[in-house]
Amino acid sequence: MPTLDDYAGQVTAWCPGCGNFAILKAFKEALVELGIEPHQLAIVSGIGQAGKFPHYTRCNTFNGLHGRSLPVATGIKLANHELLVMAIGGDGDGYGEGGNHLVHAMRRNIGVKVFVHDNQIYGLTKGQASPTSMEGMITKNQPFGVLSEPFNPMAAAVALDCSFVARGYAGDQEHLKGLIISAINHKGFSLVDILQPCVSFNKINTYEWYRQRVYRLGPDHNPEDRVGAFARALEWGEKIPIGIIYRNNRRSFEEGVPVIQDKPLVRQRISFGDLKEKMRETLKEHY
Amino acid sequence: MGDSLARVFSRSGYHVFTSQDYESRVRGGHNTYQIRLSDKPITVSRAAVDIIVAFDRESVVFHEKELSEIGILVYDPAMLGEKFERQNFLSVPFVDLATSGGGDKVMANVVAIGAVLGMLGMGIEILFDVLLNTLKKRDEDTIKRNKVAALAGYNYAGHNCVQCSFSVVQLSGQKMLISTNDAIASGAIVSGCRFYSAYPMTPSTGIMLYMAGKAKEYGIIVEQAEDEIAAINMALGASFAGVRAMTGTSGGGFALMVEGLSLAAMTETPIVIALAQRPGPATGLPTKTEQGDLLFALHAGHGEFPRVIFAPGDPEQGFLLANKAFEISQKYQIPVFIMTDQYLADTQWTVGHFEVDSLFCNEHRISGDEVCGGDYKRHAFTDNGVSPFCIPGLTSGLVVTDSDEHDEEGHIIEDAATRASMVDKRLFKKLPFIEKEIAPPLFYGHKQPEIVVIGWGSTYGLIREAVDIASKKKNIAMLHFSEIYPFPSVDVLDYLSILKGAKTTICVEQNATGQFARLMKAETGFECTALINRYDGRPFLLEEFLGELYAHIG
Repeated sequence: MPTLDDYAGQVTAWCPGCGNFAILKAFKEALVELGIEPHQLAIVSGIGQAGKFPHYTRCNTFNGLHGRSLPVATGIKLANHELLVMAIGGDGDGYGEGGNHLVHAMRRNIGVKVFVHDNQIYGLTKGQASPTSMEGMITKNQPFGVLSEPFNPMAAAVALDCSFVARGYAGDQEHLKGLIISAINHKGFSLVDILQPCVSFNKINTYEWYRQRVYRLGPDHNPEDRVGAFARALEWGEKIPIGIIYRNNRRSFEEGVPVIQDKPLVRQRISFGDLKEKMRETLKEHY
Repeated sequence: MGDSLARVFSRSGYHVFTSQDYESRVRGGHNTYQIRLSDKPITVSRAAVDIIVAFDRESVVFHEKELSEIGILVYDPAMLGEKFERQNFLSVPFVDLATSGGGDKVMANVVAIGAVLGMLGMGIEILFDVLLNTLKKRDEDTIKRNKVAALAGYNYAGHNCVQCSFSVVQLSGQKMLISTNDAIASGAIVSGCRFYSAYPMTPSTGIMLYMAGKAKEYGIIVEQAEDEIAAINMALGASFAGVRAMTGTSGGGFALMVEGLSLAAMTETPIVIALAQRPGPATGLPTKTEQGDLLFALHAGHGEFPRVIFAPGDPEQGFLLANKAFEISQKYQIPVFIMTDQYLADTQWTVGHFEVDSLFCNEHRISGDEVCGGDYKRHAFTDNGVSPFCIPGLTSGLVVTDSDEHDEEGHIIEDAATRASMVDKRLFKKLPFIEKEIAPPLFYGHKQPEIVVIGWGSTYGLIREAVDIASKKKNIAMLHFSEIYPFPSVDVLDYLSILKGAKTTICVEQNATGQFARLMKAETGFECTALINRYDGRPFLLEEFLGELYAHIG
């Protein structure tokens, strides 16, 4: 069985007090609790402080381009669906640069687990607005305040019938660990938006700001009820719900691809001799 | 209709060359399908036409002038709404013959095929076989009615074409008829390609369709991505995970892939990219042809890294180079391009057979615990720059890579020494080995030529036939480059001496600026004495090209 030591990674380059630390800890504990070995896991990440995540643990890692983690993760999952495949990045990565991929990954319901470290600010480029920054937030780059409405990933996901939609909070590590476990155990696509205070650049959405607003969804919330889930997804401001907002049991993309029903593509080795023989037959169609 | 007729000829033992011209619209418009057949190898379309089958008035207006001395235009007055009293026109009631035999109006096409065979004095049995094949999913009655329609056209034209002077006899041996795009797709499949992700874009779509058609039989995942950015990133994901992967697109789509190309280079993830060119800039002429993206493919991607560019000139080269593309990309963990264009997508050629036995078959991925266990380093420094590439998940070792500059393990670094060593590894250590893999250009024609015609990619067939004809009067030869980058060395074939020994050296390209000629000058210092460029989106026809060639060589 794996231990926390198996998941000890490189020295981090995150700011002291960053919400990422709690996320990393919850993540490692979840994997240990599930008994998943590092080599059974592949994390694809993008660019941003959250994009460095896989280096701070141990796993198969593809730290790719900004916003492009989902297509890479989709390719990995299709090539080897026995791997646990995660895509980890920030709100700029997942909701800005990678927005189109997110929409289509939800449509596919590919079995990739997405964790968005949502700090509502661009940290690595030092403090510009992100797609989830609240309207009116003043930054060096938005001196008149953010003019656009913030992107609501939970509402968008429920609207698109995303098969697992959850929100966690870096300040509630135990609860977050439970969400990570649920997301991993879900068979299709999972989106977990993790509210993460940025102590360096976001002076609005602070730990204190969240402490006053965040509450755990209780047993009265039925995540299978899509309309009810949409109402919860719209909740933001005075009260912010965390927990599993919505889930359904749609067929996953891997379940629908005929050629990988017996075993993963990567385990289907065809000898070159057989391929050549087969191709000789195929070429006869061109006569 | 054109495909069925062409197949009748190739099955009758003829060398066949087909080409198409159509508009960027879903249905309708004026479209042509040209078939050339000969008892000798042919590799290009001609301007003069012996039989025109006219299904619309535009066919008469635009193409009557293309008729050769013995040429005949065959048409149905009912379809064109006009009867022509001309010596070289033959009227055949395609629609009437289709419906009177109990068939549907659409079978007028089959009547027309029958009519052409009647005019040529060929047998009709091979057409019946071809129909049986193309209609194999239809019921017996449909097949029977198609046969009746074909026979009606065949008999009608055979009896009524008094001016027909053709005599096309059955030859021995059937030939394969295939487009270069299909040949590339089959070459990829036999090379073990198991993942193809792309976004539909003319003229690359045919490759994806071919792969999708074979997906079940060969166990290939073909995924239509949401955009080209996703397409290349998905292919890279699959490749990283241990599966041979490929993507394909045209210029505009490739523009979106450029960032992913650079990612392939940094993460040393093998990928094969089919880049099917069409005239640009921007949307350009979506269904026409051009060789305008050579320097784009060569320079695409931020940063400096090795790449290989192939540009097949015919189906056989397409098949073999697709195989070589996979071999090279896997062996050196680099991106390899196969450049085609609309012309190679739309033309079909007869081929004797593909040399399946000459293909590469090396496995370059590793999954054993001795290499991939505990201390495995994905980007380990080695003598030739190539690090063992383990398959993630199949062993206890971890495969780590990064688009950031990284250390041997694959973790992010920023220090100067590691950065420099990694550039050396990716670029300078691999490059000499990659360069050795590149074959010299094809030298064809006179051994000590006064005139050398130079081309790359899709102009192969054109130049070859033109050289055949011109060689009756001149000491002329062709140098055709299908392995373009790294630029071939002169070790195996000293083509530079050949070029320097010639009086006239003409580089022929389907682009405005002579991109290959510029590349050759940059790489070798050699400058051609003349350029022939065409950039109206249309391929050269043989006669037109010979006219231009003779203007240069007298």
